[in-house]
Amino acid sequence: MTHSPTRIELVCPAGSLPALQAAVDSGADHVYIGLRDNTNARNFAGLNFDAEAARQGVRYAHDRGVKVLLAINTYPQPGAWERWTGAVDTAARLGIDAIIVADPGLMRYVSRTHPRLDLHLSVQGSATNYEAINFYRRHFNIRRAVLPRVLSVAQIADVIRNTPVEIEAFGFGSLCVMVEGRCALSSYVTGESPNMTGACSPAAAVRWEQKPDGLESRLNGILVNKYHDDEQAAYPTLCKGRFEVGGASYYAIEEPASLNALELLPELARIGVKAIKIEGRQRSPAYVAAVTRVWRRALEACTHYGSGFTPNPAWLADLRAVSEGRQQTLGAYYRPWK
Amino acid sequence: MKPRATKLALGPLLYYWAREQVFDFYRAVAGSAADIVYLGEVVCSRRHELRAPDWLAIARALAAAGKEVVLSTQALIESESDLKALRRLVANGEFIVEANDVGAVHLLAGTAPFIAGPHLNIYNSATLELFRELGAQRWVPPLEMPRAMLSALLQETTAPPATEVFAYGRMPLAFSARCFTARRFNLQKDGCEFRCLEYPDGMLLSTGEGRPFLVLNGIQTHSAAVCNLLPFLPELRELGVQVLRVSPQAQHTIEILDEFRTCIEDATRAASAMQRLAPLMPGAACDGYWRARPGIEAAGTAS
Repeated sequence: MTHSPTRIELVCPAGSLPALQAAVDSGADHVYIGLRDNTNARNFAGLNFDAEAARQGVRYAHDRGVKVLLAINTYPQPGAWERWTGAVDTAARLGIDAIIVADPGLMRYVSRTHPRLDLHLSVQGSATNYEAINFYRRHFNIRRAVLPRVLSVAQIADVIRNTPVEIEAFGFGSLCVMVEGRCALSSYVTGESPNMTGACSPAAAVRWEQKPDGLESRLNGILVNKYHDDEQAAYPTLCKGRFEVGGASYYAIEEPASLNALELLPELARIGVKAIKIEGRQRSPAYVAAVTRVWRRALEACTHYGSGFTPNPAWLADLRAVSEGRQQTLGAYYRPWK
Repeated sequence: MKPRATKLALGPLLYYWAREQVFDFYRAVAGSAADIVYLGEVVCSRRHELRAPDWLAIARALAAAGKEVVLSTQALIESESDLKALRRLVANGEFIVEANDVGAVHLLAGTAPFIAGPHLNIYNSATLELFRELGAQRWVPPLEMPRAMLSALLQETTAPPATEVFAYGRMPLAFSARCFTARRFNLQKDGCEFRCLEYPDGMLLSTGEGRPFLVLNGIQTHSAAVCNLLPFLPELRELGVQVLRVSPQAQHTIEILDEFRTCIEDATRAASAMQRLAPLMPGAACDGYWRARPGIEAAGTAS
């Protein structure tokens, strides 16, 4: 099956009303947000939307032809089921365009209680193959699936050929090296995990300490990194620490770096990726504006030039300036990364 | 009513061992205290010391020795060839299958009963009931689920399937597309030279201060500490947990199964069994997850 060149949608993050407005004003097609509790995977202090802010955000976006998605993508837990169903009910009441969900039990609630509310399978659902995606299609009629950052471009093309579900892929932002939804490193060290708490390597567990021979970063006591004076320090996410294996000290899992798939845009368009997701609900409105603007221009250029598209050096510079440790990677899209 | 006796399961082999070592291991398992044995390659499709027919031969030998045999699916399924292997396993027609990916559930649902493995992320009764309706006759909670949460979940669930808890072993904490063993040797996954064969208990990763922290096992990352719920057998039984899973390690697995069997029969022997287990474990004991603490912690240590 061949795809006519798709118009790729741009899905941008917002952790606050100003960030949502920045995304809308800078060219997002969709903005995704979360509520102020552990029903979403960016449950950070001072971040996210209460019902009133969400209402204002939806109005701002809809007035400008932009859709709003609500991430309800942690796993509901015993004794608190109503917090998650309440978030779904809130989404329906606010006129949210689609919700992003990982838990099959919650999806069943959505499809029974709000059958007209569009469902997107969250990256936290860990669906890395089309049989998994088609499971959610058969049982809950999901419209879209967000792919974990583990597949190569060829593997994504194979998924797209074998499912009617729209496929959304990550384009830019912090890189999960592990399959999303299948990583318990954070709870192993801090007790808080993406699946249950909506947090990874939470800020409350971070300690920085300047020692005579360098700057140490720790997570709940575990030494994650030690920087010499000439090194740029990065947030101590566990999978991006410097550790010792077999007598060598190095970034054993991954360097602090951001995913940037800008140069792959023509390829992603050719294979039929429906939407590109930008990571970073925890980032500032300025980040959201800068990244959205670059990707909007790139998408327009890609539509215009097709396979002749090359990224503008100024765009790449803008993206590098907001990258983790100012480093970038193609991640699993580029097979040798594996 | 007296609860049914707790069964012992030997989890799937997570490491990559030489062919003869695997056959020797399962010959010993045939005479071990395990009631249930999970078989198959669950980590990496490049591992090929044993092929599907080899696993089936081991499965038949163990079944003939009276073991309940389960074939486990690979947890991270990325490619069409992974799916082909999955379809073949699902259609084996002889042994029940442990689904470790929702894609496996999709293929099994309505065709055969199955075991819902620990990587399916079942955190609540709605999801457990859904999988039960689709054919799950037993399930394994996520490794990070605390005792209190499991208790509440089982109380909220209508007719829950049998529950199996990961009770002993280094915990598989994360999966990636990247092979960290290959990365250690500056190799790409596609040209990994099968270096994990040299590390039958995985490669130890320590912090910059020399504290054992994680274990690299190809695309999987394990805890360096060894989950050990032996001291909690009475409360596991009280919760209604019917099966305890012991995860294979390169040495002493049979003795560890024996210690669990001894304590299932007489829980007062747990303290002395823990002392005997200490030198048999490849790392320090931990039980934090069970007590709603960071998983790395062990009972009695300050946070």
